[in-house]
Amino acid sequence: MKLSKSIILPFLDWVDYRLPVFSYARHNLIDYPTPKNLNYWWNFGSLAGIVLMIMIITGFFLAINYTPHTDYAFSSVEHLMRDVNYGWLLRFMHANGGSMFFILVYIHMFRGLYFGSFKAPRELLWIIGVVIYLAMMGTAFMGYVLPWGQMSYWGATVITSLFSAVPLIGDTIVTWLWGGFVIDNNTLTRFFVGHYLMPMVIFMLVIVHMWALHQHKSNNPLGVDMRTPADSIPFHPYYTIKDMVGMGVFFIVYFGFVFFAPDFFGEPDNYIEANPLVTPPHIVPEWYFLPFYAILRSIDNKLIGVIAMFAGVCILFALPWMDRCRVRSAKFRPIYRQFFWLFFADCILLGYIGAQTAVEPFVTIGRIATAYYFAHFLIICPLICKFERPLVPPESISAGVLKAQKGAE
Amino acid sequence: MSISMKLSRTLGTAFTGLLLAAAISTTAQASGDSVKLEKQDWSFNGIFGTYDRGALKRGYQIYSEVCVSCHSLNYVAYRNLMDIGFEEDNVKEIAAEFEVEDGPNDEGEMYLRPARPSDRFVAPYANEKASRAANNGAFPPDLSLMVKARKGGPDYLYGLLTRYQEEAPDGMELADGMSYNEVFPGHQIAMAQPLDDDAVEYEDGTPATLVQHAKDVTTFLAWAASPEMEQRKRLGIKVMLFLFVWTGMLIALKKKIWAKLH
Amino acid sequence: MTDQASDDTANPEESTSRRDFLQIATYTVGAVGAGLAVWPIVDSINPPADVLALSSTEVDLSPVEVGQSITVIWRGRPVFVRHRSEKEIEESRAVPLDAMPDPQKDEDRTQKAEWLIMVGICTHLGCIPNGQRPTDPKGDFGGWFCPCHGSHYDLSGRIRKGPAPTNLEIPAYEFSDDTTVKIG
Repeated sequence: MKLSKSIILPFLDWVDYRLPVFSYARHNLIDYPTPKNLNYWWNFGSLAGIVLMIMIITGFFLAINYTPHTDYAFSSVEHLMRDVNYGWLLRFMHANGGSMFFILVYIHMFRGLYFGSFKAPRELLWIIGVVIYLAMMGTAFMGYVLPWGQMSYWGATVITSLFSAVPLIGDTIVTWLWGGFVIDNNTLTRFFVGHYLMPMVIFMLVIVHMWALHQHKSNNPLGVDMRTPADSIPFHPYYTIKDMVGMGVFFIVYFGFVFFAPDFFGEPDNYIEANPLVTPPHIVPEWYFLPFYAILRSIDNKLIGVIAMFAGVCILFALPWMDRCRVRSAKFRPIYRQFFWLFFADCILLGYIGAQTAVEPFVTIGRIATAYYFAHFLIICPLICKFERPLVPPESISAGVLKAQKGAE
Repeated sequence: MSISMKLSRTLGTAFTGLLLAAAISTTAQASGDSVKLEKQDWSFNGIFGTYDRGALKRGYQIYSEVCVSCHSLNYVAYRNLMDIGFEEDNVKEIAAEFEVEDGPNDEGEMYLRPARPSDRFVAPYANEKASRAANNGAFPPDLSLMVKARKGGPDYLYGLLTRYQEEAPDGMELADGMSYNEVFPGHQIAMAQPLDDDAVEYEDGTPATLVQHAKDVTTFLAWAASPEMEQRKRLGIKVMLFLFVWTGMLIALKKKIWAKLH
Repeated sequence: MTDQASDDTANPEESTSRRDFLQIATYTVGAVGAGLAVWPIVDSINPPADVLALSSTEVDLSPVEVGQSITVIWRGRPVFVRHRSEKEIEESRAVPLDAMPDPQKDEDRTQKAEWLIMVGICTHLGCIPNGQRPTDPKGDFGGWFCPCHGSHYDLSGRIRKGPAPTNLEIPAYEFSDDTTVKIG
């Protein structure tokens, strides 16, 4: 007690006066006013942040044991798995962490879609989120190449070859990406460097994402703004403890995979060393790319297919201007709510189609699902806006919460 | 409250559906053109599973008497045999039966020396070309990761070893030197049936049947592919217990903290 | 809930400690878990199993003449093996112990007096002392001389002058027969 009063506290004050880290943390992590009615769907952003940290830490220690060279990459991973103390744990945490990261971010995104978190004044917050998602896809793709298994090699070949669809300069771009005429050592080393660099970019983007978030604060299940102090509670201890509950539950799922089904999300073919002369019979991307892969395959023209695939992601940027309904939460939008679930089902369907061999009936189903995917953004969302009569949201969060409590009683 | 609870239940179901769809799509691919694999009751199944030590030793015997003539085991070292119950002196003797190239010596020449426990298993052929030359153009793959590198894992390997047929079914022409196998993709396999009853004589008196041989060598290769499995599951159980307790505490604390609000 | 609130006001001190107990316990368990989780990460940068397995090196001593030194590699480190002459042994044994920073009898540093076997890494900051080749500087005491910061070692590998704190390390070794030694 005495020590803290006489030495530590004055020291902290001294620092804070010059570099206000403590007041900043207090302002943004402790006193930070948060809507009092956030449900557990609001846990997934912080969970994704936790996984990002786990990925960066395990990735650092994996990189220590990895050799980015075509002759040694595969065996250096096996060396890690067999000889390095707890190497298997680091690798399985990293590999499954990648899949978990995407699951969390997908739930985070669908939550945003359902509750209208992308709407004014949070458009930039949403857009930065989509940029993070794009950066994650690039990082995951490059990381998947590093073990230098058959799926690594052929996945890299297919994905980089997408760029050959660019008219006139496509093949030049691909050769430039590869640093040669096939995927080879030059490609592997640059992907390794890229995979190591990108998390830092993601980390910085996350800071910008948080910055934008803290400007207008969190949206909430009612989708109405915080107006009075009664609408909000301090982030600490209420949401720190709620986030930790989410973390505990998430860790049970995550480590369940890591320890008891570590290859669940993986492909057996990636335990065969890359062979540039033999393509495996079933080549599929990692599960989190499957919906976009389905979009790519449902169009017979190479260039248009590639454009459609990229458009599938990039259309998310335009969403705030496609759905301009002033009511945010789907709770008060009876029609949008139903189309939200249709869209959700469509994404799952696209994912399923992406995992199938390109034969009938999957091709036709894939085409319909692709058309619906784009129609949702370009036609359905604007139309709902025009014709839907939303319910009247409560005028404030506390009013809404009170009403809900009465209803429950 | 009730709306959000309903919503969370629906989203939860949808998410489970997503995982299920992923699982179904993988199994759908696995069954592709090959026949259905029979699931075996492996000693290493389940969260408490361990490798049957007897099966590992017998499996090693089969590898070292049968498989080794064509298949390498590149990622396993002789010293690893100590992890499955071989004595150090025994491992030294096993290693010393093989020769590895070392050098250069003081005269600048490469030379052969007996393998040591720290060496990796010596491969039967110097490289892929040499093995193709000796095997009628076929390349017997490395077995270190075989159990992880095939859909169906140990059940696939067991099926492959036990489901050879003398004759191809009517209407199918086998190429020269190929055998018919019910499990192998395309059913034409360059490896002649490697195991049969009494292929190996066991020291521990276990009946030397084809089924027993296949089980034992599959167990050995499952260990070769995932030597970390026992340590992984043991640690996993501790971690899960910890997480269950801690999450329970967090939920209780969360309830207590939030109780102040209402 | 109301019960608890009235408890709080009735006996603030006691209920505070009761309320805090869960909090402290939860945070403690969490901290212990985080601490334990650090171990695999720390352990992963320890030497891996294949490095530890390269534990011994066998050396054939028969070609090493009296007065010659050879350097062999053990666990990636140089090991000096010197075939000492009678004179060198006598000189080394005659040095009074109080003339050394790290007093040690020559008898304690060799298993066979004519074979001096030690790790050839200066105990100051890890350079490899000169003195193995006939043309090398051997320092003031005729043994080895570290070029980095000027440590002088005698013919028993003992530090005699300079900044190194201890004598050159003697590895574990045993003679399999008269002319073969196994280091490690």
